[in-house]
Amino acid sequence: MSESNSTSSEPLDLIRLCLDEQVFVKLRGSREMVGKLHAYDMHCNMVLSDATETIFYTEQDSPEIKSRTKKSDMVFIRGDSVILVSDAANV
Amino acid sequence: MLFFSFFKTLVDQEITVELKNDVEIKGTLKSIDQYLNLKLDNISANTTKYPHLIAVRNLFIRGSNIRYIHINPSLVDTNLLQDASRREAMASAGDKIGGK
Repeated sequence: MSESNSTSSEPLDLIRLCLDEQVFVKLRGSREMVGKLHAYDMHCNMVLSDATETIFYTEQDSPEIKSRTKKSDMVFIRGDSVILVSDAANV
Repeated sequence: MLFFSFFKTLVDQEITVELKNDVEIKGTLKSIDQYLNLKLDNISANTTKYPHLIAVRNLFIRGSNIRYIHINPSLVDTNLLQDASRREAMASAGDKIGGK
């Protein structure tokens, strides 16, 4: 692997290609976030803008899965909550 | 180190921290370290739900308890962040080649 090879295929390179794009992030605690990716690092810490968080939950005695959403103009996500990151166009 | 530097630029600004136990705390960022531990001043939290924090002005948060940090978008230069991310990605690829 050479340094000039910008198409090298480390897993994190997939996230690099999503910079300035809409991404879908699945998080711990039945949460998902969609927003525009502005920064990330090796821990999968991220900064998203115009993000919409969806939280899935069930109420007692009901198998129905409900969801609620929250919006944030600019949010930092700590990497230890991140399960997966994908181009939002794939979802 | 990217986010450490990023948060250093936000010192003395107001941020809202959401913890993994769902507590949300708004306050002025006073300091930050490499683990993203925070020191917040003049905090306000949802005290009807969490009355523990009603008398607290100033606190330390261990970075590992943080889920999100909400930031005022006017304080963030997104182009600068993206460039810094690409530079950091390059640098860490370089480290691996160098055997670090």
